[in-house]
Amino acid sequence: MPNLDTAFSALADPTRRAILARLASGEATVMELAEPFEVTQPAISRHLKVLEGAGLIVRRVEGTKRPCRLAPSGITVIDQWLAILRNALAKNYDRLDEVLATMSPEER
Amino acid sequence: MSKMTLKTEGDKRIVVTRRFAALPEAVYRAHTDPRLIQKWLLGPDGWTMPVCVNEARPGGKIHYEWSDGKGGGFHLTGEYLELVPFSRIVHVERMHLPQPTPDNHVETIFEQDTTGTLMTMRMTLPDAETRAAMLATGMERGMEASYARLEAMI
Repeated sequence: MPNLDTAFSALADPTRRAILARLASGEATVMELAEPFEVTQPAISRHLKVLEGAGLIVRRVEGTKRPCRLAPSGITVIDQWLAILRNALAKNYDRLDEVLATMSPEER
Repeated sequence: MSKMTLKTEGDKRIVVTRRFAALPEAVYRAHTDPRLIQKWLLGPDGWTMPVCVNEARPGGKIHYEWSDGKGGGFHLTGEYLELVPFSRIVHVERMHLPQPTPDNHVETIFEQDTTGTLMTMRMTLPDAETRAAMLATGMERGMEASYARLEAMI
């Protein structure tokens, strides 16, 4: 497991979180990662360096390209992130349970 | 065991399932009647929905506005594409933060099972990047809530 402080500060930036979420659907090059953001490729490269330093992504060499993919700890992070979303939605549905319980029996 | 699941599917979808101890008619109504929606579709504790427009017919409009009671808030607009009472709803929606986010295409299915209703909500985003941004935003909100809890503890 990576150092928690490093991983946490790597995640403190929304662009870096979006990069991780993008990599959840597969390997990508710097150019592909830069496309949806209003930032330059060098800026994306700096973000990737932070994510790599935190042990959240790994990169390989392919000619002049260095495609990135999630490291196992990056996958763990994505899972935890889905858990956070799950909790936020779960709160709505717990409230819906209460609404349904107060509807008249024939409506239920 | 948790009653809800949330999973990604392919590179553009998010699928949520949840069971309810009520008939599909009731769960469907709770998703389409503004007076009921305002009671539960609220997100974090302390938020309310002062504006709730929900025209449950094909082409009908959806307009929700949320407020944190401290001057903060955002809204969502959408349109219904298809409704099959009490089993299926298809609509598109977008958040305004304040710029509109890309359209989220949402299919919600209600199926009767032995304990009540199984709901399956399948959200399809235009591309992998949009889904990534949506997940990143959700995490930001979730993390804020976690930090707030942490602050309250220390």
